[in-house]
Amino acid sequence: MARPMGDSHRRFLQTIMSNGIIDGSQAKALHKHCCDVAGANYSQDRLDEFIDVINLHLQPMFMHIRKGMSEEDGLQYYALVNTAETEVTRMSSDYADNELELFRKIMDLVAESDNGTASSTDILNCGDALLSKKLKKKETEQVLNKFVQNKWLTEKHGEYSLSTRCIMEMEPYLRTIYQDLLKNCHVCDNIAFQCQMCENPDCGIRMHLPCVARYFRGRSDPHCPACNEFWPHEIPEMHRPLASQSQPSSAKENTAPRSTPLTSQGRRSGRRL
Amino acid sequence: MSQRKRLSASQNKAANQRSKAESDDEEDAFTQPSLSQVQRAKESFTPIQIDRKVAEVVQFILIKDQRKVPIRRADIAKHVIKEYRAIHQDIMKRVIHTFDQVFGLKLVEIDPKSHLYILVNKLEALPEEPVSLIPANPKHGLLFTILSVIFMKGGVVKEALVWGFLKKLRVDPGERHDIFGDVKKLVTDEFVRQKYLEYVRIPHTEPMEFELRWGVRADKEINKMKLLEIVGKLFDQEPSSWTQQYREATAAGSQSQSQR
Repeated sequence: MARPMGDSHRRFLQTIMSNGIIDGSQAKALHKHCCDVAGANYSQDRLDEFIDVINLHLQPMFMHIRKGMSEEDGLQYYALVNTAETEVTRMSSDYADNELELFRKIMDLVAESDNGTASSTDILNCGDALLSKKLKKKETEQVLNKFVQNKWLTEKHGEYSLSTRCIMEMEPYLRTIYQDLLKNCHVCDNIAFQCQMCENPDCGIRMHLPCVARYFRGRSDPHCPACNEFWPHEIPEMHRPLASQSQPSSAKENTAPRSTPLTSQGRRSGRRL
Repeated sequence: MSQRKRLSASQNKAANQRSKAESDDEEDAFTQPSLSQVQRAKESFTPIQIDRKVAEVVQFILIKDQRKVPIRRADIAKHVIKEYRAIHQDIMKRVIHTFDQVFGLKLVEIDPKSHLYILVNKLEALPEEPVSLIPANPKHGLLFTILSVIFMKGGVVKEALVWGFLKKLRVDPGERHDIFGDVKKLVTDEFVRQKYLEYVRIPHTEPMEFELRWGVRADKEINKMKLLEIVGKLFDQEPSSWTQQYREATAAGSQSQSQR
């Protein structure tokens, strides 16, 4: 192998493993910290190279540190993902059967929704209808909290959505199960849950909220980038200087390891639109 | 609880028998294959298949380790290695190498009789780790407190002492705790299963009394000198003022140095 791992890489990997996901600024701080502690060479702009070395050695283990964008704030994140057999069973060591069933139901609700969210009321009703073992309202609430705590779901005003970690980690699985329901974001070409949709029935492209904000910034008269129809949604304000988040590279890297043929099909159809 | 007591009453005998039976069982499963058998097995699997098996074992151990429960070699054989049994030694060698080289973890056999493994971190835990990145596990706070009490009391304490100490911290083992739930169960069952603590009946006590010691995992993972420094800060004393503990911490430190 070209570049061997040092203790700096190992410490970085361990921290990502115990966190599941970290954001871009944490990754930068951690990169510096790990190099300092191990007495290794550190240069600020070499984070991606640093992670490439780790990924090279993780590859035979079917793991990968993947870079992705949050659907909520448009920021970059790094998560450790499995590149083979990415299924819900990945979580099974932590969850009971009925909890996993609830999670699948939540994913159904989210995938079938227009805006990538599921309301707590709908989820609570699901708990009542589980086949494996019903959950009482109170229990469902507790399980929901656990999903949020373990960073599989995010919650905002009683609406639940799939977390960045969940999407990054389970993308191949999501694409297999919901192949007809899912579409990619027209801007960044990643899977889009929390998004806006073009209302022209022949078009119907989706765009992540941060991507919408970025794309229409400074345009008073927004039109769909695909069919040029008027864009009827409110353009969200993103209070971060998103441009500095090196958007093109995140779009590219997020899609790095794709193994299943299904996903490449999904990507092609995404482009055709 | 009653079962535990009964078990520990005749503990030695029963445990000996059990572990003997178990190890016999596993020895069968792992009877040294002859050289030619190994050769034949190697030829019947492609290098890619063997690579994949190594990856599966690594993932299996990583997932099991999330719960911090020791991993039985028999379980690895049964659930992952399966028909690759003849070359399990080659596979495990590569698994150990991968943990060492890629993850900075060491696969340690903590019980050679029943072949139990745990993963131990080879990288030293640092107090100045970016705090926001360490997942806060309140249970570990409790565990660290108990380990400190045991260490400062000379390595072994009666359980009553620990319960009394925790009560002072408003963690009453008799009541359900908001975060820890059943405290007694957490300490005497979960931490014991995870090999952080040992919970053993004191012989010839009536009514029965139990004592707590450090478990194997605590010995491997917790830096005694760091612990002593933290306790020193709490009491505003030099770590070296506890001569016995200081000596033990120094000895443990040099031992783990030579192991690394």
